[in-house]
Amino acid sequence: MCSEVQSAQDYMRDPRKHYFSPYMDNGGTTVAIAGEDFVMVASDTRLSRGFNILSREQGKVFNLTPKTMLASTGCWADVLTLNKVLQARLMMYSHEHHDTMSTTAVAQLLSTMLYWRRFFPYYVSNMLVGLDESGKGVVYHYDPVGHMEKLTFSAAGASVSLIQPFLDNQVGAFNMEGVDPPKMTKELARQLIHDSFVSAAERDINTGDGIIIYTITKDGTAEEKIKLRMD
Amino acid sequence: MSILAYNGGSVVAMKGKNCVAIATDLRFGVQAQTITTDFERVFEVGPHLYIGLPGLVTDTQTVLQRLKFRIKMYEMREGRKVKPRTLMAMVQNLLYERRFGPYFVEPVIAGLDPVTKDPYICALDLIGCPCEPADFVVSGTSSESLYGMCETTWREDLEPDDLFECIGQSLINAFDRDALSGWGAVVHVIEEDKVTTRHIKSRMD
Repeated sequence: MCSEVQSAQDYMRDPRKHYFSPYMDNGGTTVAIAGEDFVMVASDTRLSRGFNILSREQGKVFNLTPKTMLASTGCWADVLTLNKVLQARLMMYSHEHHDTMSTTAVAQLLSTMLYWRRFFPYYVSNMLVGLDESGKGVVYHYDPVGHMEKLTFSAAGASVSLIQPFLDNQVGAFNMEGVDPPKMTKELARQLIHDSFVSAAERDINTGDGIIIYTITKDGTAEEKIKLRMD
Repeated sequence: MSILAYNGGSVVAMKGKNCVAIATDLRFGVQAQTITTDFERVFEVGPHLYIGLPGLVTDTQTVLQRLKFRIKMYEMREGRKVKPRTLMAMVQNLLYERRFGPYFVEPVIAGLDPVTKDPYICALDLIGCPCEPADFVVSGTSSESLYGMCETTWREDLEPDDLFECIGQSLINAFDRDALSGWGAVVHVIEEDKVTTRHIKSRMD
């Protein structure tokens, strides 16, 4: 029987298959809430691959300009590459125009860059936040191929389905008769972001370990770190 | 797409202070197409005892029929009404009998114990594995959104009116982010001396 197996000719065997998947889901969740004169953006600090944790202290929010930040989750390789290319484009702009790019311009640039990869997309959920030309907080939410929506609050990434309905209810005041949306303050935004991540970490294995919250105002950017459950 | 999500629909149940609540959406669809918007998937099966059967609607109806039959047989043989815990065991048995060709429903049970008046909630998977937590249970196509909502809004020892507000807002805001559930909701708040059933209007898209 053994000799039978050994004697099988190459062409009698099953074809050898090779397979490569260019994408990977590294989890991560981001939340952003805009106010009249500020915008707050946060991410969890867990980087995962399936049931494994790659890092417990990897933030997912990047500085672009003094008034603009980018929160990205999805395939971590694509997150880093997209960020690198975007930083290069911002550098080229600042050299050409002797000025930093406005938040609205960066928003449009990002959409264009993502759509240029329409048939081999960056596997990334992006949220771009910042202060617009009048100093008002804005949040732009993107799909992986560059569809863009301007919002005042949003969630993205692994726990979006857990967090977004909560924000709809508590920030947007959806489905409540005679209730106006609350005036957004930094204290309220911070509390809501904290509650969102605590709940998400409770139920989603791809979210946890910690939160990093950035607050952008005309005076600059503030950072705060909070612990989350690490299981 | 999973056969459990073929017709859409979601159910949630919560414990309160000496009360429980169970709520359902009203959509019955076939994949993306909505057929009717008045399909209640929560049923009264005893005094202070309700069961929600989200999943494949043909199985919802079959499981309900077979369960009602078994409840009647139990009540005739034993000469008493079924307790919530007993109902869970009956559903568990019914579902596990079809271990290798299951009914595609994930039931939720909510009720008050007829003797001790203790609140009871429970969710089972499609082969009858039960889960009896102290706070809330969710099931159906909006279950992820429901987890997010309930985890933030639920608190211990809510009074019946507050429990209604909590479960209503949780369900509606959750299914508004789900294309397969929605189109109105029904909430039953079960107390020792009464059951209050409320129909809630919501966005219809």
